[in-house]
Amino acid sequence: MAQLNMVQAINQALAQEMARDDRVLLLGEDVGRDGGVFRVTEGLLERFGRERVLDTPLCESGIMGAAIGMAAYGLRPVPEIQFLGFTYSAFEQLFAHAARLRSRSRGRYSCPMVVRTPYGGGIKAPELHEESTEALFCQVPGLKVVVPSGPYVAKGLLLAALRDPDPVLFLEPTRLYRLLREEVPEEEYLVELGKARVARSGSAVTVVAWGSMLERALKAVEGYDAEVLDLLTLNPFDSEAIVASVQKTGRLVIVHEAAKTCGFGAEIAATVAEEAILHLRAPIVRVTAPDVPVPLAKLIDHYLPGLQQIRSALDEVLQY
Amino acid sequence: MPEVLLADFQIKRLEVLNEKGEADPELLPELSDAEMWRLYELMLLSRIFDERAVALQREGRIGTYPPIRGQEAAQVGSAFALTHKDWLFPSFREMGAHLTLGYPIPQLLQYWGGDERSQKVPPGLNIFPFCVAVGSQIPQAAGAALAARYRRDPVAVVTYFGDGATSKGDFHEAMNLAGVFHLPLVFICQNNQWAISIPLKGQTASASLAQKAIAYGFQGVQVDGNDVFAVYRATRQAVEKARSGAGPTFIECLTYRMADHTTADDAGRYRSGEEVTFWAARDPILRLERFLEGRGLWTPQKREETAAQAAAIVDAGVAEMEAAPPPAAAELFDEILATLTPRQAGQRKVR
Ligand SMILES: Cc1ncc(C[n+]2csc(CCOP(=O)(O)OP(=O)(O)O)c2C)c(N)n1
Ligand SMILES: [Mg+2]
Repeated sequence: MAQLNMVQAINQALAQEMARDDRVLLLGEDVGRDGGVFRVTEGLLERFGRERVLDTPLCESGIMGAAIGMAAYGLRPVPEIQFLGFTYSAFEQLFAHAARLRSRSRGRYSCPMVVRTPYGGGIKAPELHEESTEALFCQVPGLKVVVPSGPYVAKGLLLAALRDPDPVLFLEPTRLYRLLREEVPEEEYLVELGKARVARSGSAVTVVAWGSMLERALKAVEGYDAEVLDLLTLNPFDSEAIVASVQKTGRLVIVHEAAKTCGFGAEIAATVAEEAILHLRAPIVRVTAPDVPVPLAKLIDHYLPGLQQIRSALDEVLQY
Repeated sequence: MPEVLLADFQIKRLEVLNEKGEADPELLPELSDAEMWRLYELMLLSRIFDERAVALQREGRIGTYPPIRGQEAAQVGSAFALTHKDWLFPSFREMGAHLTLGYPIPQLLQYWGGDERSQKVPPGLNIFPFCVAVGSQIPQAAGAALAARYRRDPVAVVTYFGDGATSKGDFHEAMNLAGVFHLPLVFICQNNQWAISIPLKGQTASASLAQKAIAYGFQGVQVDGNDVFAVYRATRQAVEKARSGAGPTFIECLTYRMADHTTADDAGRYRSGEEVTFWAARDPILRLERFLEGRGLWTPQKREETAAQAAAIVDAGVAEMEAAPPPAAAELFDEILATLTPRQAGQRKVR
């Protein structure tokens, strides 16, 4: 089996689905000739031609809006927004339209599309290139939010997202693009949306993470009897898996690289408070970035949750 | 070095009928008497529907409603040039276009009555739901046009929007996409000269909206939007051009919003009665009547008959709309996703 990084795994998923389904089209800035600024779509223009891989003008709202029209027409567009921070100018299309087209038209139209975008910090890029505002998108009913944590799940989740009948925001943790290599089967396989994965089992504390923080959480728990859940889909998120794990361990640490206030950890903590509070043997702890804008490179290590912070949280709940 | 002239553009205005109802025989579209009469019936139906909707709002039987009074020629004339295969991306003030394409009247009223079920567009009509977020439907139309071309479907995609919408970024992004990709797309701007209280000159310093198309590399034309034949002629040409792969067109229909912005608005706060009177004298329905009278097709008696028929159609629509049972609470969850999330499914159960 081939060892692939996440860029290659995503590229393979796109290529396989485009070969299988002629409704799948890519559109975005620099996705064609350049193969995307991270080379995720490299070779796809050559293979599938200009009608299936569209280099668009620089227009995030236009890209998102056009994708909605394409999806309603019966295609399965895959718009790429070059960085999560640039989806902000496409919020109206995504929130007011993509997420609501099915309900607004009571099912006459739907919006099967996968919005791909790199996200997250730690790549020494300019401002707005390292955002992790995933929770903003989870507040919007009608939109699914998926975050892979490595090459294997990235391929399977993307294939599942491409076959989903509703719009999916697919957040690709930029720091992981080339950091990890894993065995990725050549043949197609699906990783079901809405299901968390037990990345490591344990019995004394549950750690919930996703995206690039999974890798960090797994490192941090070495030497602890910790169960690590990789959430994979944030909306709809697998509350059952979290509750089941907390019922077993009695302790919960949530790790995310987004700011704390109204971060997705708040939703998880509230859910556990509602459904499993009597199983808790210690307060829930969130290890997150502080409530400040994502800084540039010189301060980023003070911003992103580090191994030490995660370990302190583990010690805190274990010694409570 | 002498300066080089880079661009020197012209922008045209199309008029077929003058205010006396006299047509330029060269420009009069080839329509049979029956088709011309149909245009008249549809414009009158639109007017009567509109008056009825305003009355229903006043009586508390529907919610806030945006009148189309004065814009019947722009809406009926353009929609009359479409087939049911074409795609339409409306804003929220094109009920005349909906009526022309046969959108069920009870459903149209149901929307303004606050019932989402109204937006389940009947099969066979490629009309998008009303778009309340001004201008945001325009890039969606560009996407549908890309898809139509990819599928080799010989259809036109048409999007409607107002003068205010031309100030939005989405208008620019979609016009640009249409030019770059040479899309089978027709932009119909109903320049009714007002965006709530902001007059056209507060919206743009451009001498016309039509000329904006030039910067995007395609044709723009202004038509007299109160002249149903000019609107029809320009739209017909543009949709044929789109269907044949010859690219996009921008049509500015210069018209006038004779009523308040919505039933919640009082236009007296920001515009003069004289202005409204001036435009009321240029009512698109009057102009068509004068023309039809000159052809021996119209009499006051025929207007009354036609209006009575239209009123009966609208009355039946109102009755049907009001007879529809209200949606059940669980319908909150209808069609949110193809499959509800576990949490949504749980929430639905307890409604
Ligand atoms: C994005 C957005 N901003 C503001 C509004 C509130 N609003 C509704 S209609 C309107 C004016 C629109 O003017 P125009 O585009 O000329 O269309 P018209 O109402 O004249 O048909 C405004 C400001 C809105 N619906 N959407
Ligand atoms: Mg206007």
